[in-house]
Amino acid sequence: MCRIGAIKSADPVNPSTALDLMLPQQEGHDNSGFAMVMQDLAGVFGEYKTKPLLSLACTQKGAKIVQDYMDKSGFHSLREWIPRVNAKPGLDIKAMPYYIFTAYDYPDYLATASQEKKEDLLLNIRLALRALLEKEDNGYVFSFWPDVLTLKEIGDPRDIATYFGLWDDNGELMARNYVVQCRQNTNYEIVRYAAHPFFLQGYTLCANGENTFYTKNKEYQKSLHRGYIGFESDSQNFLYTLHYVLHELKWPLKYYKHVITPLPFEEVEQRPDHNELRAIRQTLGHLEINGPNTVIAMLPDGSIMTCCDSKKLRPVVVGGTRKMMAISSEVCGLNVILPDRDETKDVYPNEREIVMITPDLEVQRWKQ
Amino acid sequence: MEAMKTQEVTFNDLPWKINYTPERCTMCGSCVAACTFGAIEARIERRSMTISTGHQPEPTQRHAAVPVIRQKNGLANACVGCGMCEKVCPNNAIRPVRNEDSRMNVVARAGGSPIKRGGRTNLNADRVLDKIVVGRISQMTDPSLDSERHTFDVRAPFGRVLLPHELPFSIQDGELHMQGWTPPVHWIYPLIFSDMSIGALSTRAWEALALATAYLNEKHNMPVRMSSGEGGMPVKLMESEALKYFIIQIASGHFGWNRIIKALPKMKVDPAGILIKIGQGAKPGDGGLLPAAKVAEHIQAIRGVPKADLLSPPNHQGLYSIEESVQKMFMSMNAAFKFRVPVAIKCAASATSVSVYNNLLRDPYKICGGFFIDGIQGGTGAANEVSLDHTGHPVVSKIRDCYLSAVKQGNQGRIPLWGGSGIGLTGNAAADAFKLICLGANGAFMGKMLIQLMGCVGNERGRCNGCNTGHCPTGICTQDPRLVKRLDVDKAAQSVVEYMLAFDAELKKLMAPVGNSSLPVGRSDALVTNDRAVADKLSITYAC
Repeated sequence: MCRIGAIKSADPVNPSTALDLMLPQQEGHDNSGFAMVMQDLAGVFGEYKTKPLLSLACTQKGAKIVQDYMDKSGFHSLREWIPRVNAKPGLDIKAMPYYIFTAYDYPDYLATASQEKKEDLLLNIRLALRALLEKEDNGYVFSFWPDVLTLKEIGDPRDIATYFGLWDDNGELMARNYVVQCRQNTNYEIVRYAAHPFFLQGYTLCANGENTFYTKNKEYQKSLHRGYIGFESDSQNFLYTLHYVLHELKWPLKYYKHVITPLPFEEVEQRPDHNELRAIRQTLGHLEINGPNTVIAMLPDGSIMTCCDSKKLRPVVVGGTRKMMAISSEVCGLNVILPDRDETKDVYPNEREIVMITPDLEVQRWKQ
Repeated sequence: MEAMKTQEVTFNDLPWKINYTPERCTMCGSCVAACTFGAIEARIERRSMTISTGHQPEPTQRHAAVPVIRQKNGLANACVGCGMCEKVCPNNAIRPVRNEDSRMNVVARAGGSPIKRGGRTNLNADRVLDKIVVGRISQMTDPSLDSERHTFDVRAPFGRVLLPHELPFSIQDGELHMQGWTPPVHWIYPLIFSDMSIGALSTRAWEALALATAYLNEKHNMPVRMSSGEGGMPVKLMESEALKYFIIQIASGHFGWNRIIKALPKMKVDPAGILIKIGQGAKPGDGGLLPAAKVAEHIQAIRGVPKADLLSPPNHQGLYSIEESVQKMFMSMNAAFKFRVPVAIKCAASATSVSVYNNLLRDPYKICGGFFIDGIQGGTGAANEVSLDHTGHPVVSKIRDCYLSAVKQGNQGRIPLWGGSGIGLTGNAAADAFKLICLGANGAFMGKMLIQLMGCVGNERGRCNGCNTGHCPTGICTQDPRLVKRLDVDKAAQSVVEYMLAFDAELKKLMAPVGNSSLPVGRSDALVTNDRAVADKLSITYAC
C-alpha cells in the first residue's frame, strides 16, 4: 500500500520535513522510492518564481539533448542548480547520472503572450523533451513549470535523501508546499514516470490505492488532451480528470468529486441541482473512478485538497497549526512534524467530502 | 407385389417421430387433444396379439382391431417435438423422439415456398460469450465488494448524451447551472424486454410481460423498460400512467401507429422512449412477417389491417440513407413528443454496423438516443428459415467494434450502445449482459428468453419453432383463443419477475468481485478468454 502526504506551511521548510512526515509511516509502504513535488519555492529558486523551472534526471547525452532543444526553442537558462550528490557506498539508490534543475527565461517572442499561451508552450516543451529522451532512454523530465520542482528516485527514501543532501537543511532547496510519496509502483515493472506525485500544468496529485476503472478512464482521457499520456499508473487518471474538470472545463473544484464519485441516482433525484448532477454523470461517465483510494492534490494557487473513493476509501488525516498544515495517510506522520497541533481538530475525511487547505492555511470541508 | 410409392412423405421423413407404447396407453385421448399441430390421431389398427389368460402359459395368437395413437404422415401435420403429448399423458405412453435421419430440409419446400418458422438460428449455436470469463477479480489491496451488503448503482442511459463542452452550463457563485435544453436521457435498468409485438405474441403473453414490467418497477424499484414491438399497444395502457415503462416501437410496416397517434392527446405521461426498428438480427434484410393465421380479429383492430399475411417491408419506405433515418427520428420526436422522449434506433448487426454508428455519432441534430445492435442469435416469431440460419452477424464483436470506434474518437457513451441476440440463450442472461457491458455495451435486450420463461418449449435444436403457425402449444405465440387460454398470465408474469430478481442478484455477484459499484461499461480488462482468436478480436486478455 502507498502512503501519501502533503505539507502547506506559512514559512518555507526544508525537504527533510517532508521526509519526517513520511518515514514514520514506513511500515505501510515498502521504502522503494521517494518522490516529491515542491511548490512556492524558496532558496536558490526563490527569486525566479515566475520563471519556468525544469526538473530533469538524465544521462550525459540526455543533458545535451535537453540543452540543445531549449536553446533551439529560445529559452535562456537563468539559474541552474545541480545537487551535490553524496554517493557513498551502501546507499540503496538506483541513481541517474545527472539531476539538473534549471530556471529559464521565456523566449523573447513570448514577452507579451497570454498566460494560456505560455502554459500551452510549457506543456509542449515538456512533452517534446520527454519524447526526445525516451528514444534512447536518456532521461526523465518530470515538470517544467514556474515555481515547481520535482524530484523522483528509486531506492530507500532515507538513502535517497542522504544522496541528495536533503538532510542537510542548508536552505538551498526550500518550499512552502510539498506533495510527497515514498514508494515505486508495485503493480508493474518499475518505471520512473510511474511514481506519483504526477504533475500537469500546475496540478499535482498523488493517490493511495487503486482505480479499477483505469481502462475506461484511460480510453476516454487519451482523446481529451495531448498532455494525458503515459498512463504508467492508474493514479494518473485522477490527475488528468482533475486537470480536465478544473483547467479545461473550468468547473469549480467540487464538481471534481461529482465527476469521479458521482452520487447514486436515487440521491441525485432528491437534490435541487439534480439536472446538473445527472448531466455531469452521464456526460463524464467514463471519468468515474472505482476502487479503494484516497487522493491528495495541489492546485495551481497552492491550495491542497484530499478526497476519497465513495466506497472503499483509504485512510487520510488532515491536521496542523496556524503556521503549518499537513495531510497524511497516517496520523503518526503528523505527530512527528506537528507535535504541538491540537489533535482534537484533526479531520478524518469521509467518502463524500473534499477537505481543502486554502492558500491562507484555512481548512474547508465541503460535502458532496 | 404392390409397387411402393417411395416419394410420398411419411413420418420417417419428418424431424420428429412419435414413440408410442400401446401397452401403457389407456386411450384417454389427452395427447390428441393437446397436440395443436394435429400430428397425432386416434386410429384403429389391425394387430396380431399373443394372449395367455390362464394359470399356466397357454399362448394363443389372434388378430384384433385395436384403438391406437398414431403419428400422421404429411408435412402439414409434422410433429414439431413440442412434447405436449408427453406432458399430458397420465401413463408416460407417448413422447416425441428426434429423427436423426429426417429428410425435412429436402421435402419441406414442396409447393415452391421457402421454409418458414419461428425461433432462433439453429445452425449458429457457437457462443463467444461462453468463452469469456470475468477474470480480473479484486484481491488483496483492492478487496471485492460484498454483493449482499454494498449498494450498487445498476442503471444504464437511454438517450443522447452530450459532450462536456456541449452542456449548456453557466457558473454562478461557484455553482453550475443548466441554462438550456439538453436531449432527454433516462437512466433505466440495463436489461430491456425486447420488442415482441402483440400479434407475434398472444395478447395474454404480451399482457404478462407488461404486468411483469410494471411489477418490477413498482414493487422492486427496478426500472425495467419493455419495448412494444411493431404492432401497437392497447389504448388503455397508452392512456395510463404505466405508459412510462414502455418503449414504443415503430418499424417499416408502421403497424399500430394509427392507434398510437390517435392516443397521443390522451396520454397522461410520456412513454419511456421510441425505438425505430431498421432491422432485426434474426432475419436481417428481411421484413417482419405475421402470417394470416395469426391475424385474428383483435390484431386486425389494433393494427388496422384486414386478415392477410402482414409483411413489413425490409426497409423503411423512402429511406435511402442513414442521414434520412436520423431525420426521421428527428421528425417523430419533434412532431409527436416535443423533444421529451429519447428516440433510439435498432439495426441488425452487420459488417457495416460501425459505419452506421459513426454516422449516428456525427448526426448534427444530436437526437439519436441509442444504438441497438441485434445479432444473429436473436429470435423471431416468423421468418424464412434461410434468413434465420444463413444471414446475420454475431453481436459480440460488433458491440466491441462500435465501442472501440467511439473510443478512438472520444465519443464513447455519446450514443448508448445496447446489444441483444442470444442473451440468456443458455439461461444465464446476467453473465451475458455483464460481459457485453464490459466490452462496451451500456445495456442488453432480451426477448426469446422471456417467452421461454413463460413456458415456450422451443429451442435451438429445432424443437417446436412453430411460432409462425398460429398453433403455439403454450398459448404464447398464437391468437387462437382456445390455445391462449393455456397460458396462465399471472404465473407467466411471476416467472419473469422472479427471473429478473435473480438476474439482478447475479449481476451484482459479477460486479462485486471486480470491485465495481456501478456498471463497468467498457471495462474490458475485467474479462479474459482462453481462445486466442477471441482475445485478439475483442482486445481482451488471453489466459490459459
